[in-house]
Amino acid sequence: MGIENLLEPFKYDFMIRSLITAVLSGIMLPALGSFTINRNMGFMADAMAHATLPIIAIGVFFGLSISVLGAPAAILIALLLGFIIKNTEVGEDTAIGIIFSSFFALGFILISVFNVSLNLEDLLFGQILAVSTFDVFIVFGLFIIVMSIFLIFFKQLLFYSFDPIGAKVRGLNVSFLNYLFLIILSLAIIGSLQTVGIILVLSMLIIPSAAAKLITKTFVNSIIFSVAFGVVASISGLYLSYFFNLPSGPSMSIVATLIFVITFLISKLINPVIAYLNLDI
Amino acid sequence: MKAKNKIQKENFIISDGCCVQYGNTLALDNVTFKVSEGKMVAVVGPNGGGKSTLFNAMTGLVPLANGSIKIKGLDPDKAKNLIGYVPQKNLINWNFPVSVRQVVEMGLTNNNSLNPFSKKNNKVVMDSLSQVGLLDKIDNNVNKLSGGQLQRVFIARTLSQGADILLLDEAFSAVDVGAQEDLMEIINNIKLDGKTILIATHDINNIEEKFDEVLCLNRHCCAYGDASEVLTKEVMEEMYGSHNQMFKNHTPGNHGRNNGN
Repeated sequence: MGIENLLEPFKYDFMIRSLITAVLSGIMLPALGSFTINRNMGFMADAMAHATLPIIAIGVFFGLSISVLGAPAAILIALLLGFIIKNTEVGEDTAIGIIFSSFFALGFILISVFNVSLNLEDLLFGQILAVSTFDVFIVFGLFIIVMSIFLIFFKQLLFYSFDPIGAKVRGLNVSFLNYLFLIILSLAIIGSLQTVGIILVLSMLIIPSAAAKLITKTFVNSIIFSVAFGVVASISGLYLSYFFNLPSGPSMSIVATLIFVITFLISKLINPVIAYLNLDI
Repeated sequence: MKAKNKIQKENFIISDGCCVQYGNTLALDNVTFKVSEGKMVAVVGPNGGGKSTLFNAMTGLVPLANGSIKIKGLDPDKAKNLIGYVPQKNLINWNFPVSVRQVVEMGLTNNNSLNPFSKKNNKVVMDSLSQVGLLDKIDNNVNKLSGGQLQRVFIARTLSQGADILLLDEAFSAVDVGAQEDLMEIINNIKLDGKTILIATHDINNIEEKFDEVLCLNRHCCAYGDASEVLTKEVMEEMYGSHNQMFKNHTPGNHGRNNGN
């Protein structure tokens, strides 16, 4: 397969739109993923993705697109989850589980009651090839918001995540930082729903970060590698989607998992050598 | 003016009848003491005796149910910049592979730290690290450090912050004996720079050699004063013996008829 074959898909406008959204998701999800995995928030993120279903159902019923609904829905979910978890007495895991399943169930019931015409498979697993120009603008807007906040508050988020008590003593507004992170996380998830879908958004969030963590020693490097893996996975997934007519979400997930397996093997084989040579990566 | 300065120096930290309540339990019951500037104070007592709670109250993390704490005349909420805090190891999220540099830089991180690429703090970070003798470890991952080195990194963090008061919670747990001596030497040097230091510790051996003053806590203040004098047999008994009965009728502001403490 030559370079012409690789470029061939991009003579179509819809492929360029897909490429842009795939890359944007491939950057923002893995970047936030580095915080998510180290704070053990994977389950929480998964719940956020699933909790979008009833909001999407209501939105589509009223004739709004997922993109338009996205940001307000994401913020609502982040605040709700954050509040419930903070004030729960049943334990964080259980509270997340309850919200997770009940919102998802409510979503299906609303779809059925409203008789909404939704392609559920696309919603659950992603259908990147159907992205409109308008969607691209929305995703780009979300990307700018998410990454700006991520960079601007990076030092504070790192301090708070590493040493929450120390950050509080230092006078940081930890409650604000907590909600801020939940909000950008849910914005990134919503912005990626068309790319990877509700069920598989988690894979792009945590698998590249987990892979990066295996082969890096510093947090900043782990973010850089995580983003690189995310971009590779999203572009490869797009190709698989185009050439083999596969749903985009599963394709990207599988590539990300493949990267994880390779880094795992590398970490087992190469890390002892690096340690022996005392190199720092 | 001189007299005023002296009063300020002597009343650097004042805890006046400080009470902290968790649910129905009084975690701190009418704790009163006064620390002068530049002193090194050991805070000792059993587990659950209120050492960490006292630090939490001093840093404004928990509200007082009664009484007051003044740091340089300020309420704890207003005194956050003055206090450098070295947390217990188990309160840190060690999943994060942060570097020594990043931890020390946290001392300079406040609500206005909005530039992730700023290098302006580099010199302060390096100066703070050389004070604790760890400049050569600046780019190391903190997960790779020994217990003693970790404490030194967190002390460097309080130095970069420019704090006047250092609170060290369980400073010597997970630090081996040799490293404890190094750590003590570093802390002594910092004290010579005029810092006021409170260390919560379980180690009461040779305490009079290491500290100026000792605060004995078992939910109330069992004794406070000169390190060579306070640890009498009675105080030890009061501190480590069981005396739950004593607190039965205590509520914030009401500390029983017979017990002024």
